[in-house]
Amino acid sequence: MTDENNSCLSGKGLTKVFGSGGQKCVAVDHVDFNFNEGEIISIVGESGSGKTTLAKMLLGLISITEGEVYFQGKKRDIRTQKKKQEYWKNIQAIFQDPFSSYNIFNKIDSVLLDCIYMRGGRRLSHAKKVELMTEACGFVNLKFEELTNKYPFELSGGQMQRLMIARIFLLKPKILLADEPTSMIDACSRATILDMLMKLRNETGMTLIFITHDIGLAYYVSDSVYIMEHGKFVESGSADKVILYPAQAYTRRLISDVPKIHEVWDLSTV
Amino acid sequence: MSRVMLEVKELTTKYITRFREDVYAVDHVSLKVEEGKSLGIAGESGCGKSTLALSLMGYYFAPLHYTSGEIIIDGRTISGMDPDEIRKSILGTEISYIPQCAMDALNPTQKIINFVEDVIYAHQSASITKKEIYELARERFEILGLPAEVLQKYPVELSGGMKQRTVIAVSVILLPLVLIADEPSSALDVTSQKMVIKMLRDLMEKGYIKAMIFITHELPLLYNVTDDIMVMYAGQIVEKGTAKETVFDPLHPYSKGLMGSIIVPERGLRGTKLASIPGVPPNLKNPPAGCRFAERCKYVLPECKTRSIDFREVEDGRAYRCIFSEEQLREAYKND
Repeated sequence: MTDENNSCLSGKGLTKVFGSGGQKCVAVDHVDFNFNEGEIISIVGESGSGKTTLAKMLLGLISITEGEVYFQGKKRDIRTQKKKQEYWKNIQAIFQDPFSSYNIFNKIDSVLLDCIYMRGGRRLSHAKKVELMTEACGFVNLKFEELTNKYPFELSGGQMQRLMIARIFLLKPKILLADEPTSMIDACSRATILDMLMKLRNETGMTLIFITHDIGLAYYVSDSVYIMEHGKFVESGSADKVILYPAQAYTRRLISDVPKIHEVWDLSTV
Repeated sequence: MSRVMLEVKELTTKYITRFREDVYAVDHVSLKVEEGKSLGIAGESGCGKSTLALSLMGYYFAPLHYTSGEIIIDGRTISGMDPDEIRKSILGTEISYIPQCAMDALNPTQKIINFVEDVIYAHQSASITKKEIYELARERFEILGLPAEVLQKYPVELSGGMKQRTVIAVSVILLPLVLIADEPSSALDVTSQKMVIKMLRDLMEKGYIKAMIFITHELPLLYNVTDDIMVMYAGQIVEKGTAKETVFDPLHPYSKGLMGSIIVPERGLRGTKLASIPGVPPNLKNPPAGCRFAERCKYVLPECKTRSIDFREVEDGRAYRCIFSEEQLREAYKND
């Protein structure tokens, strides 16, 4: 974890403060981290612990109050729109709510075409573009022939989320940030989505950052886990270490709050 | 034999779409909940869980229509009753419902106390003053672990978990016999989820409700909360049994697939392959003639697709809908 040469994304003293004076709210409080290339990382915490704020800072969607983000060992520079777009070729995200992730006026073809254009495929022949789109849809078990000329609202939530992964497949970013990608869909589609994300990681070697409140999911997928409480990382380490031998009371509470099937779920500790 | 709180016999309801097509979202569903018991309904999105919940209340509005079957609450048949009559004398007092999304269930321009008043005036015929309502609500909220200040607040001032618990407290204010909880915790984080579950269990223990139907797709949760589990697929019940039987010893291939999608933070589960069921559920506008799961089933036989499959009982309370016998299924799962 301390291997600086292999670092894909790291942060030093990252802080975000909303408001000022008496209304001040410190959402993310001086967090340090180092994510290595090809790793699967989970950031776990309750609602309101600052997970999404941290994600937005990493994506460059909101300004950083204090601290720096380093991308592949170099200070991240996104001061102009052009540089931002360059950065977004390397980092992409999947959000919690698939229903609000799409522009409702754009057809699905244009969603996928935009991705091809972003990779510099504007001059490809029409047949080649269709081939690329079909391949991407095939990767997530969707049929492009059935999707073409449809609008996003004609799909189910699980299909939309899979289409989101098809986008990532076309873009092939270095880092994928998944902010609660499965919390809105049912357990059965969740297994499908997780399988696809893992397959994508194995094929492209991208760094995968999961943001979730489900510690079971974090344990299942990730190499290392960061536990976040009130804007701070309280515990971090390999998944086995953090989940099976938690050092902090907060981590233990999170684990005890998840319903289990082989152990007794104690309801008296609320 | 204990008192049966809710009994449903061969209930069928349908949606009539804009294009005059019938969608049978609940197809010949039978169930029975006894006093002090809770029943869980599991299944993936679009399998008819929420439609079943709405159908159970006997209160139908377009596009949902009642077709056939019987709903009996504590000995009183409510199917086929006038909707107005149902609203006045059944909803809230006999059967109550917690909607899926508590965030949207509360009116943002009303204080919680006004919401409580509306519920009581709509569903209770006996006259009651606003002061009495306030006292009743305050007392009830405190017993259920909610601060009384909540009553004077607007929904925006409450957190998600708090809103959900408020909706639960209000939905049982008239002491219904049966409570239907439709995914009460799926939009919440694990800690708030636990509080909601604790509250539901308290309601049962303190006797505010006599029976509960709990709907969710989260199997570990269902396993911990309910006594019995029914698995639903494409509008039909495909398996029923006690919670332990259904989770650890599923019979129907679909239930078996669902159990493969369980994720819990327990030793030894990391890195095991998640079993997902390929394909999508059938379109219920023209459901397949044979088994509805045939298209996605690993063990499918040619005749599964043509002949209709009976829901057969293996022992008391345990039943499933599959062409194979119990032994054949167990043998097949062993070889996987």
